[in-house]
Amino acid sequence: MIRLQSLQRVFRVGGQTVRALDDVNLEVDDGDYLAVMGPSGSGKSTLLNIIGLLDRPTGGRYLLDRRDVTTLSDEEQASVRRENIGFVFQSYHLVPRLNAAQNVELPLVLAGVEPAERKAKVAAMLDALQLSNRAGHRPDQLSGGQRQRVAIARAMTMDPTMILADEPTGNLDRASGSEVIDILETLNRERGITLIVVTHDPELGGRASSQIAMVDGRISLDHRPEGVSA
Amino acid sequence: MMRFADTVAFATRALAGNRLRTSLTLLAMAIGVAAVVVLTALGDGARRYVTGEFAALGTHLLIVLPGRKETTGGIPPITGETSRDLTIDDALALYRSRAVARVAPMNVGEAQVSRGSRERDVVVLGATAEFLEIRHLDLAAGRFLPEGSARQARPVCVIGRTIRDALFGGEDALGEWVRVGDRRFRVIGVVAQKGRSIGVDLDEMVIIPVASAQALFNTPSLFRILVEAKSREAVERTKHDIRTIIRDRHEGEEDVTVITQDSVLGAFDRIFKALTLTVAGIAGISLLVAGILVMNVMLVSVSQRTAEIGLLKALGAPARRILALFLVEAALLSLLGAIIGVGVGVGASWMIWRMFPVLPSTPPLWAIAAAVAVALTTGVAFAMLPARRAARVDPVQSLAGR
Repeated sequence: MIRLQSLQRVFRVGGQTVRALDDVNLEVDDGDYLAVMGPSGSGKSTLLNIIGLLDRPTGGRYLLDRRDVTTLSDEEQASVRRENIGFVFQSYHLVPRLNAAQNVELPLVLAGVEPAERKAKVAAMLDALQLSNRAGHRPDQLSGGQRQRVAIARAMTMDPTMILADEPTGNLDRASGSEVIDILETLNRERGITLIVVTHDPELGGRASSQIAMVDGRISLDHRPEGVSA
Repeated sequence: MMRFADTVAFATRALAGNRLRTSLTLLAMAIGVAAVVVLTALGDGARRYVTGEFAALGTHLLIVLPGRKETTGGIPPITGETSRDLTIDDALALYRSRAVARVAPMNVGEAQVSRGSRERDVVVLGATAEFLEIRHLDLAAGRFLPEGSARQARPVCVIGRTIRDALFGGEDALGEWVRVGDRRFRVIGVVAQKGRSIGVDLDEMVIIPVASAQALFNTPSLFRILVEAKSREAVERTKHDIRTIIRDRHEGEEDVTVITQDSVLGAFDRIFKALTLTVAGIAGISLLVAGILVMNVMLVSVSQRTAEIGLLKALGAPARRILALFLVEAALLSLLGAIIGVGVGVGASWMIWRMFPVLPSTPPLWAIAAAVAVALTTGVAFAMLPARRAARVDPVQSLAGR
């Protein structure tokens, strides 16, 4: 469970202070499907980066499964990312020199998993995302939709408890975009993975079971189904 | 914790990802290591050549020179050349020492040697029968100077092969008469070619009895006395005895210098070792340059791969792991370059040896090990800066690119 308490993130840019996040309070239960919407510069990506432990807040607390993760060391935060969090980026961020299977394998390699176990997991993952026949292809030999599917497979190899997707369909055409969203939603629905999607697309955001909208670093709208409150 | 084999595999793929940059760095590293290997091989070859020359003279050998040369400090006498001449009697007196096996008094001068119309300026060596044994000479024909009293000035000579060819052409020289200076000598032997022998080329020499040489050059003094000790252990004893005997004969003045072969050998050995180290050090500078190149290549690599580094962090690699990945990459680069360099260096040394067989230029093992170690160390040390830069990459910024 994610719990953000009066979270602050202040940047100093050339003597000016920018409040990317200003007193953000948020709770996300395990298995939730949350869309974070808002115009660019509203702080939605900063929020996602802090939830993903890629960025540290300048104030407030972030509790992940009741544990304060804002004060963890670099090493400990890396371990939380490795074990619990899967990232999906707008521009995929596949390593260009590695083929699809090797890209999917990367988190397992970094975690020190044995090669035999890795092989089985990667094969299962590629199979689940219908990429088995693309295993040996490098990213530049894949379509956008295929690349994003490889990225999702990579995010899933370590069996994370949450997937953080930043504009996952931003670089995709309509058909592949909805295919990617279908996959993410299936993972949320069938495996109970917490899914947080950042998007400025209202249609995409509308598909989530709960939505928040951000403006100027604050949550301006919190639309939750019955029984869930901020 | 990432497995070591995977770390190496990842770094290898990263290096293979940019062939041109990698091969240029490898080249620089290889040249540096090859330079160290070849230059130390040459230096060590020169050392072994020179010490081999001296060892060929025999390690029991002592050389007695007229005049005192202080080699152990102290101010030399201002009066300078007050020393007495060394004479044949001095030489023969050395047999009083029980540590002495052989004594060979020597005299050297230049004279014209001629036979009929053929003539040649040569170095004339005055010697005795013992000279043959002490210098381990072989004869191509005839015999050496006869045994007997060193004071006897017989008109016989032993000539070098070059002299024989110059004076006799293809004819048999044995028993023939030649003129040396204003005297006539009968050729009784021809010295066999002796590949190398410090300073003097015996092929270009005429050897006559030492007493004959004294008469020829009109001097009672000797150029030097070669003394062979009975064993290597007896060398120090011999040295001491020589000094005592000469001092007794020279009215209490120790006016000779005794050089042992071992000390000369040791001195040359040290000089050439120092020389080799110096040359290797100079070559080592190229390794430093290669190290700087590694740093540049890694810096470019880090800046081109910031997105990848950010991704690795997002996937759960801590800063320490990123640092390790880049250091392993640099280490692989340096090691591979070093291995290529050792291969090229050893090959080049071997070729030099084939072309100049007198120079046994095989690179010493310590030089190879040192070159590889220095390459690896500089490579990794210079990669520290780029690797730390990589470790500090901010994942938010590096992943923000759309």
